[in-house]
This record gives sequence, structure tokens and C-alpha cells, in this order.
Amino acid sequence: MTEPILQLRDVSLSFKGIKALNALSFEVERGEICALIGPNGAGKSSLLNIINGVYRADSGAVIFDGARFVRIRPGHAAHLGIGRTFQHNALFRHLSVLDNVLAGLIRHSRTSIIEHAFGLARDRRETREFTRQADETLAFLDLTRHRDTIAATLPYGVQKRVDLARALVGRPSLLLLDEPMAGMNQDEKHEMSRFILEANRALGTTIVLIEHDMSVVMGLSHHVVVLDYGRKVGDGAPESVRRDPDVIAAYLGTVH
Amino acid sequence: MSFFIETLVGGLLAGVMYSLVAIGFVLVFKASGVFNFAQGSMVLCAALTFVTLRDKEIPFWLAAVITLAIMVAIAILIERVVLRPLVNRPQITLFMATLGLSFVIEGLAQIAMGASVHELDLGIIDTPVKFGDVQVSQFDLVAAGTAAVLVAALSIFFSRTRTGIALRAIADDPQAALSIGIRLQSLWQIVWGVAGFVSLVAGLLWGARQGVQFALTLVVLKALPVLIIGGFTSIAGAIVGGLIVGASDSLAEIYLGNLLGGSVSTWFSYVLAVAFLLVRPAGLFGEAPIERI
Repeated sequence: MTEPILQLRDVSLSFKGIKALNALSFEVERGEICALIGPNGAGKSSLLNIINGVYRADSGAVIFDGARFVRIRPGHAAHLGIGRTFQHNALFRHLSVLDNVLAGLIRHSRTSIIEHAFGLARDRRETREFTRQADETLAFLDLTRHRDTIAATLPYGVQKRVDLARALVGRPSLLLLDEPMAGMNQDEKHEMSRFILEANRALGTTIVLIEHDMSVVMGLSHHVVVLDYGRKVGDGAPESVRRDPDVIAAYLGTVH
Repeated sequence: MSFFIETLVGGLLAGVMYSLVAIGFVLVFKASGVFNFAQGSMVLCAALTFVTLRDKEIPFWLAAVITLAIMVAIAILIERVVLRPLVNRPQITLFMATLGLSFVIEGLAQIAMGASVHELDLGIIDTPVKFGDVQVSQFDLVAAGTAAVLVAALSIFFSRTRTGIALRAIADDPQAALSIGIRLQSLWQIVWGVAGFVSLVAGLLWGARQGVQFALTLVVLKALPVLIIGGFTSIAGAIVGGLIVGASDSLAEIYLGNLLGGSVSTWFSYVLAVAFLLVRPAGLFGEAPIERI
């Protein structure tokens, strides 16, 4: 068995005395889709923010790809191969869909500012290569017909997909999806699930996602972690988690 | 009629000079959302450095290259020492920092190079050229041509390339931009470096026209209506805004000057800017918020 791609060890985080996360530990295996579930305020988004460095954990450690860190900056996390999407739309509103996706490749650029400023051969080659990769990702997520549309003018569900494309184009080894299906209708959710599954299978991307819709979670994920008030109350395969009495008490049994 | 055209053309050419200063603001504003008050000081500093080098008999191109190197070094220093520690602070904090910065740059430049007025000769012949009945200043033509080339190059660089995409991405959503690995610091260095380069060109042209002196920093105040009219986020807006300000100033001076007791060009563009704020607060080319229905 290979080493897990992501391990959390006793991660705690509090905001002004309120414990958002309380000594949380779990592991994500390479290549799996792991769902984080739990009621609002359970600490799911805070957890993603710690993994990609938006927040700093008060204590505990995150081990990504064998490297242990307490604090990482979002830019550094991206360079290490941690991609993410956002719960609230965080697209570059005034940019076209293509430019949004191209932005996701900028960190892979290897040409110097001088080559870049004067449009020398190596820079032009790189630009062509980036455009090809971006177009490939757009085709993969069925976004080609929106290629030149300004992002802010697209329907909400399509914007969510552009967000996914922007994260996916840089080929992250770990992809964090913060409620990728929030506000979608059933058809859109099915479509999005299919794209997430395909990204996982075809590209081998490990995915950690937050989702509220239990039918989606059960159909999509290999592994479910349940949070409640910053504590872990369930961790395992979807079927076993669903039958766990603690989980039912904390989450599944109540109406949200 | 030819007098009208002469006034108009003179105004438009002067306007291009305003655009030149305004572009420096647009770049920094797009990258960091900050109105960089120190831009005027950078113009002065560039011009002062260049004349000082020229007074020491250093050849024109060498002096230009050394000045450019100094301006880029200052830009990188500003990013390291002033901006980086203030990242994620409110815009007003950054604005105040650039305000303080302007005093530091002006002070240091004058300590190092003196406060006397220098003459700057770029070797451009300033005899008027005749197009039919219309006389145009040759210096203004060269200045406008230089500015136009610079502006065109910059607008291509900052729209089509990855730096352009990164710049617009940061302006739209800094957090998302950082999360996909766009380096804010290196982008700021590029933008401030380019702003330094623009101030060099503006400093040379304005310095040659007015003499290199402390009053050069005041060109900032003329860039303000240009930015309000054209929009703070658009290079094209800076050009059009500059042309409008230049043309309306000189036409107003000629045709309203007698009625209102002269000196109209000192305030006319500000009144125009206020009118634009009422009608179109984002400016002609500014990015108004996109509404989806």
C-alpha cells in the first residue's frame, strides 16, 4: 500500500475562542475521491482553507506528498500541486473563459520576463502550448462553445465548471472542491458528478470535496469523512458511514 | 477655422503627454487597486537622474539606460519594502503609503541631485511645422509619437500575454489568483518596473518642455481628470481621457478664456471630470460592474 497523499494530524483551528476544528486527523489515499460532509459550521471549508494555506492551523500538521507543514501559502500550495475551487464564485469575472483557464497555467511558465516582454521564440512556443492545454481541458469539460465568452455573463452552473477547468488545467495531484454543486439543479449535479468522476479516472487526480446532497456523495465518493462541530464523527466507506449511529445522530438523522 | 484646428491639434498633442503620465497610474491601479501618488515623484526622479548624468557628460543612450536601471531598482525596492508588508491591507492604507513614498522619493532625489532647475535638451528641434494653414509644434509631434508607440506596446503587452492575464486576474479576484499560483510579488515588480520606465519617458518629455524642476511632480494632478474621464482600469481609457483633457483645456482657454477672465485651462478639466463622475462614474473605458439578468 502506498503512502496516503494527504494526512492531517490533530489539526485544530479556532476563531476568537470558538473551536472550528478540534484535533482533527484523517488520511486521503492517492487516487480516491474523499467527501467531507457535515452540517453548516462543522468546519469543512475551514479545513480546505488550511490544506491550501488560506488559514493557518493553531496546532497539528498537514502532510502532503510526504512533506509536513504547519503553514503553507496558497501560492506555494498551488506550486506543490494542490488545486482548488471555491464555494462562492471566484472566477475572474471580466476575463473570457479561455483566459480564466490560461490563468490556471501561469504558474507553470518557465520563460523569463525578458523573453516574455519581447515575444521571443521560446515564449511564443510556450503560449501556443498553454493554449493547446487550455483548449484540451475546455473540451474535456464540454466548455468549448463558451471559450470566448466573458465569465461573468455565463449561467451559474457553467461558471462552476469553468472554476473546475481553471483548477484542473494545471494538473494538480490533489484537487479541493468546495461545494462544486451548490445551487445546481439535479441535472446539473449529475453532469458535474460525471465530470468529477472523469477527472478522477482519466487524470488520476485525488479529489477532496465538500457536498451536502447525500445521494451525490454516496454515488461519487470512495471515502467519506463526517464532521460535526469541528470533530470527526465518522470516517470510512460511504456504506459503512451511512450506517454509523454517531453519524446518523450528528447529521443524517436531522433535517437541514 | 484654421485657428480652431491649430488650437485643437495643439491640445490633443498636449493631451497625449497627459496620457503618458496616466498610464503609469493605470498599471499600478490594475495590479494592486492603489492610486499611486508617488508616480509624480517617480517622473521627477527619473528626469532629475537623467539630467544629472547628462551634466556629467555621459552620452544620451548610456544615461537613459542607467536611469532606467535606477528606476527599475527603485520599483523593486518599493515592492519589497513598502508593498509586501502591506499586502491585504485596505486600499486607503496602501494609498497613504504611496503618499509617504512620494515625499521620500522627492526628498532623496533632491538631496542627491540638488533642487535647482535644470534644462534638458533632447535634441528635438522645436520649430513649428506647417500643414497648409495650420502650424504644429515639432516637439509636440515627436512627443506625441513617442507616447503613442509606448502606449500601443504597453496595451499589447498587458492584454494578450500571460502577464496581462495575471494582471487582470489579480484585479478581479486576488484570493483565487493566489490559489492558482499567480505570484503577486513578481507581478507587482513587473508593474512597478514598467511604471518606472513610463515615468522615465514622461520625465524626459515633460522635463524637456518645462525644465526639470520640482513642479514636475504636479503633472500628477493633471493625470487625475484624465483617469476619471478615461477610467482607472483601462490603458485605452488613459489615452482617450488624455486627448479629451488636452483638447478641451486648450479650446476652453481660447473660447471661454475671455468670458471667464482667463486661466480656464487650469481648472476646466476638473469640472469636466466632475461631470463624468456624475454621468459615468467608472469612466469611459472603466470596468463597470457586470450585471447578469
